[in-house]
Amino acid sequence: MDLEVFDLGLIDFGSAWQFQKDTLARVCNSDIRGALIICSHYPAITLGRLARIDNVLIAASGLDERKIPLYEIERGGDVTYHGPGQLTVYPVFNLNYFIKDIRIFLRQLEALVIDLLSDFGISGTRYPGLTGVWVEKAKIASIGIAIKRWVTYHGLSINITKDDLGNFSLIRPCGMDIRMTSLESVLGRPINKEILKRGLICRFKEKFSDIFR
Amino acid sequence: MTKVVLPELGEGIEKATVSYWFLKAGDHVNEKEDLVELATDKATFNLPSPCSGVISEVLFQEGDAVNIGQVLATIDETQ
Repeated sequence: MDLEVFDLGLIDFGSAWQFQKDTLARVCNSDIRGALIICSHYPAITLGRLARIDNVLIAASGLDERKIPLYEIERGGDVTYHGPGQLTVYPVFNLNYFIKDIRIFLRQLEALVIDLLSDFGISGTRYPGLTGVWVEKAKIASIGIAIKRWVTYHGLSINITKDDLGNFSLIRPCGMDIRMTSLESVLGRPINKEILKRGLICRFKEKFSDIFR
Repeated sequence: MTKVVLPELGEGIEKATVSYWFLKAGDHVNEKEDLVELATDKATFNLPSPCSGVISEVLFQEGDAVNIGQVLATIDETQ
């Protein structure tokens, strides 16, 4: 069964969230094994289920001025920022066809990002207890998921451009004092987003070949 | 009375935090309907009801940590 891929392009968070939930319902209620949603968002801040609001460092009026909406959503993890300088990926996968294990799924997502980074000559790493992918001490990819009937949704964001990192200063990402980095910051040159997307889809098919034969 | 037990969520995961109750004690629930959401690591996990009936007791509140195998709620199937 092939992996269905939806490239939503640059889209507001709310519309993509609804598309995710529609896709989740479709996967939960059918024999579709999963779908991969790829997009980038206009600036938005999202709060995971156990997020602390004081990890948003800017007042609501400041967000209004910047036209940055705030969403309280059902994924795990604390607060994060989404923007057009990221590639955001939502794997809506039925883990009944894979392994019903939250940690194995999270580690698989990290491994996939590390492999993808290596295609660009970047050495990504992970740290025990800190979900996500890092380049030295800076975070390049953030992960937060939700699972319903062992079907996953929400997912991961990879920072691509350097100029979109500034908005992370509006929050304490994941409730921690961490430095963020991006592919372009590490490489010192622009990268082709379409090549990154193609590589990402290949890596998903490879890492989840048990689901998508 | 049917016990709603926190199932295995993955190797090495011993506990999870109740992050959201979709229903409360006294509510009627249908089998497979979303009952409670748990959070662990960077994930949330929706636990569906194992049967239809009335929720007679909720044993953990939002924010509480629950060990795998512990009873989260009981459901009276006769009602």
